[in-house]
Amino acid sequence: MSVTAEAGTFLERAPLVLRDAVVQWFPAPLQWLAHHLITIVAILAVFGVFFAFTTVAERKLLGRLQNRLGPNRAGLPWIKGSKLFGLTQPFADAVKALTKEDIVPAAADKLLHFLAPVLVVAFSLMTFAVLPFGRNLIPVELDAALLYFFAAGSATELAIFMAGWASRNKYSLLAAMRALAQVISYELPLMLSVVPVVLVVGSLSTSEIALAQGGWTFGFLPHWHVFTPWGFFGFLLFLVAALAESNRAPFDLPEAESELIAGHLTEYSGFKYALFFMAEYFGLTALSGLGVTLFLGGWQAPFAFLEFIPSYAWFMLKLIGMIGFFIWARGTLLRLRIDQLTRLAWQFMVPLALINLGNAAFWALTSGWSGPLQFVRWGVSIALVVGPFILLGRGLNGGRGPRTYRYATS
Amino acid sequence: MNLALILISVLILGSAAVALALRNLIHSALLFVGCWAGIAAFYLWAGAEFVAFAQVLIYVGAVSMVVLFAVLLTRQSDAAEPMNPDSFSRFMRALVAGGGVAGILVGAILGTPMDVSTAGPAPTLTVKEIGGQLMGPHAAALLIVGLLLTVALLGAVVIAAVDRPEKSEDAS
Repeated sequence: MSVTAEAGTFLERAPLVLRDAVVQWFPAPLQWLAHHLITIVAILAVFGVFFAFTTVAERKLLGRLQNRLGPNRAGLPWIKGSKLFGLTQPFADAVKALTKEDIVPAAADKLLHFLAPVLVVAFSLMTFAVLPFGRNLIPVELDAALLYFFAAGSATELAIFMAGWASRNKYSLLAAMRALAQVISYELPLMLSVVPVVLVVGSLSTSEIALAQGGWTFGFLPHWHVFTPWGFFGFLLFLVAALAESNRAPFDLPEAESELIAGHLTEYSGFKYALFFMAEYFGLTALSGLGVTLFLGGWQAPFAFLEFIPSYAWFMLKLIGMIGFFIWARGTLLRLRIDQLTRLAWQFMVPLALINLGNAAFWALTSGWSGPLQFVRWGVSIALVVGPFILLGRGLNGGRGPRTYRYATS
Repeated sequence: MNLALILISVLILGSAAVALALRNLIHSALLFVGCWAGIAAFYLWAGAEFVAFAQVLIYVGAVSMVVLFAVLLTRQSDAAEPMNPDSFSRFMRALVAGGGVAGILVGAILGTPMDVSTAGPAPTLTVKEIGGQLMGPHAAALLIVGLLLTVALLGAVVIAAVDRPEKSEDAS
């Protein structure tokens, strides 16, 4: 037992020990630079590879959900007959995207047309800087980390506008406006679903929020926010808003391939097109990471006896779980119409998120209650979640009953 | 003076100057976004982390969208065409409006007591203390700003909304 504990603590420290060892090779004046560069390279490498395998996992899983095989052919080109379950597919895709012709419309605003994909990837990568990937394993320790996260994410809107406007194509511009309407609408419920966590923990720092969720009740119930009534509901709101923010199905209207050509990406081709999708996956991964940090206990282990597994492994496991959930949702749910989408955000999610904020305030005020009062606390909190949900849902459905279809009769 | 401050000021003043000189409204608006990002960088340089991120979130994220939407919605026919100087009277009106705003701002800055000489070491403020300040002594200012923005938002909705009866097919 002690051996595993030793190994566990070593594994726990391994990334930091490795980084410090590499930093030592540099002359003293350059060490701070090396320190930051190593962090950046590590994030790029880990999440670059993560992105590559997310795409192949998505394609294979979607294939299975739709009762087909998905990519299973790409092997190693120098070994004849190797297939590797199609795991090298993303690298073949990358080569394909890189070698494709890059077409810029003659009337396009060349500079902005080029800047849009660059901006969107750069800012989606910047959001990774404040995610605590493990115990003491956070790239930048900021007091206002959550604010930074959303500030870096807000540049995506600018990039969408630039892409749509600079293409000089009316479909691009109209679709960009639609995409902006969606992203701006869901920014509000996304932030409102995060605020209760800040209220209860009393900090904007992501590492402190992750730390605050440590410990167990009765030795097996983790203190994650998702296991409280307000946290569970906040997490649901966060999931829906995160799906909409990252333009994923069922909210993938901006590039609904069957209705719009490809939205604001119509005039993009080759690697620029791939960059937009890369940014979409990075954004999804970062938002999932934020969801893990805020609601699923961050890098904390679910049970005390599982703590020997290093914290970053737990973080990545939870992250993979979130991504898997998003892929599952994509394979299951139908795309919404734009009016349904905005109605869901403004009439349903925003009021519920505001009520949930009050619920979290109640939870924070009653933290001193114990004994039978605990049951009262849980009961009131659950009622504050379930009651408005049912009332508002019923109220909004009134008069909008199931759609009747009339078929042509000869 | 250090290099970072010079670079940041060149970014702010340069993008503002080019934005004024350009005749394409969208380009000007995007350059102003760059200018606001530069101001955020200045706040970061000055150590005001919270204000810097709030500046990016509000100006680069939200106000830029308001400006761009306003440009696109008000100049429907030729949003991408360069805009040429119109007439002398228009120039004068722009000068009066701009000068008025500049006058108010300069007056406010000059009227504010700024005792730089007695300032001690830079205070290290946490976000929590800023929140306490905003909710306590400065709560009235926060409420007034919030009310003002809500009124502006409602006004924008009233101006932009076109009342059209909902089609009966959609409602069923």
